[in-house]
Amino acid sequence: MDWMFMLIALLKVLVVLVVFVLMLGAVLTWVERRMSALIQDRLGPNRAQIGNVRAWGLLHPIADMFKAFTKEDFVPAGANRMLFFLAPAIALASTLACFAVIPFGPGEHFTIAPLDSGMLFIIAIGSFGIYGVALGGWASNNNFGLLGALRGAAQLVSYEVTMGLNLVGVFAVFGTMSLSQLVLGQGELLWGWLPKWGVVVQPVGFVLFLIASMAENKRAPFDLPEGESEIIGYFAEFSAMRFATFFLTEFVEIVLIAAIAATVFFGGWQIPWLDPQGVAGGFITVAQIGFFVFKIIALCWLQMLIRWTLPRFRYDQLMNLGWKVLLPLSLANIVVTAIVLALS
Amino acid sequence: MAKLVDRPKADLVIRSYIPEVLRGLRVTSRHFWVNFLTRKNVVTIEYPEEKYPYPPRFRGQHRLMKREDDSVRCVACFLCATACPADCITIKAGERSDKNEKYPVSFEIDYIRCIFCGMCEEACPCDAIRLDSGDHKLPGYTREEEVLQKEDLLAKGGLSIAKQGGILQ
Ligand code: SF4
Ligand code: SF4
Repeated sequence: MDWMFMLIALLKVLVVLVVFVLMLGAVLTWVERRMSALIQDRLGPNRAQIGNVRAWGLLHPIADMFKAFTKEDFVPAGANRMLFFLAPAIALASTLACFAVIPFGPGEHFTIAPLDSGMLFIIAIGSFGIYGVALGGWASNNNFGLLGALRGAAQLVSYEVTMGLNLVGVFAVFGTMSLSQLVLGQGELLWGWLPKWGVVVQPVGFVLFLIASMAENKRAPFDLPEGESEIIGYFAEFSAMRFATFFLTEFVEIVLIAAIAATVFFGGWQIPWLDPQGVAGGFITVAQIGFFVFKIIALCWLQMLIRWTLPRFRYDQLMNLGWKVLLPLSLANIVVTAIVLALS
Repeated sequence: MAKLVDRPKADLVIRSYIPEVLRGLRVTSRHFWVNFLTRKNVVTIEYPEEKYPYPPRFRGQHRLMKREDDSVRCVACFLCATACPADCITIKAGERSDKNEKYPVSFEIDYIRCIFCGMCEEACPCDAIRLDSGDHKLPGYTREEEVLQKEDLLAKGGLSIAKQGGILQ
């Protein structure tokens, strides 16, 4: 653990988290509004400008940030100040920490912390986010906040199970839990032409994973903990930058889900049908990282499209879907996978 | 009598959600791409640069009309101020030197109170006040800005050759 190692790790954290993840998360807050507008035949926010530069409204996240910072930072009477302060931080930090094990490119240099059991780390740390929800609702001394936190806790616990179980199938197929090994495994071709991506060998697993992780993200059609359009939920009492932190967490989670899905189900940084030997070394690495980023953005787009397509579930439907449909299906998926693997 | 409503049970295809969800996604993504690439269906009017034409009977900001000799038509009869339900017209009357008539020395309309009902226009016997400028009062930062004076109202005014005082003289 010399200082050189620390410095490099710090640099990686800075590049991945600040430059890529937080930027993309902030831009997504604008993309979401523009995209929903286009879906609904509107234009959406396109007016924030500095001088004469408008950039299609890309400056809106900056304006939002200034707004959030200059608003009154309100703490309700009787709130647990300590937890009230911690809740948004926990939510954001636990989400950001998950990016530590995502391999952004080939080799160890492109992962912040190359762990052998990377996926377990994500599942373990990612479920910390539940504390952000539960503590946020609890600490704000508000009945609606507490009810929202209860809904959130129940929902997250239910869907965590499905989310984890659907990754088991992929682990079994590739025989590893390390994300970089998973990506390497997905570089092969099936029957000489089909890329052996997770989504090809585990299509049911991917669909179930996507549903479960969108529920984890607490966005429509699973936005019952918040119910942004009317009941607000666990962050009812949060304002200014604390609220913005919760809000940003949501968008960072979109990026996280997209990153996990791209790594586990879409071959990570692998470019199919491309022979790495044919191209000069530096260029291929850049192309691979670019392709990974492209996959992440495409999956973010898919999640937003789903969010603006489907109406919200009722709470009993949500629980039914989680425990009675998704859980049995993912168990069946594991069993079938195991049988097929044992036979072949 | 109670009427029996036929409620067919949804089949497994529908209850599995998947095909219907995919159909929904097709609709939303079609709208997204069409509007993203061509803006074909976008109905947004980008307001300050682009304005929606108001209908001809739109009641907007008032204007005070003028006679052929460019003097104000208003005879300061106070009918509009009396008719106004929002009590937002303030007139100070004075004698005209050239005619045996009154005229408004000052004529204020308080747009914070005005509800654009058009009662003043209907009450006026001289076709002196109208709401047909086709424009609306722009918002301002102070309360003073929201009270328009005779000069402002006359600036938008036009010529009216209606018989002063109506048909009966
Ligand atoms: S439009 Fe109505 S409220 Fe406005 S000044 Fe005329 S009478 Fe008064
Ligand atoms: S009713 Fe017409 S003439 Fe009488 S004071 Fe009002 S604007 Fe002037």
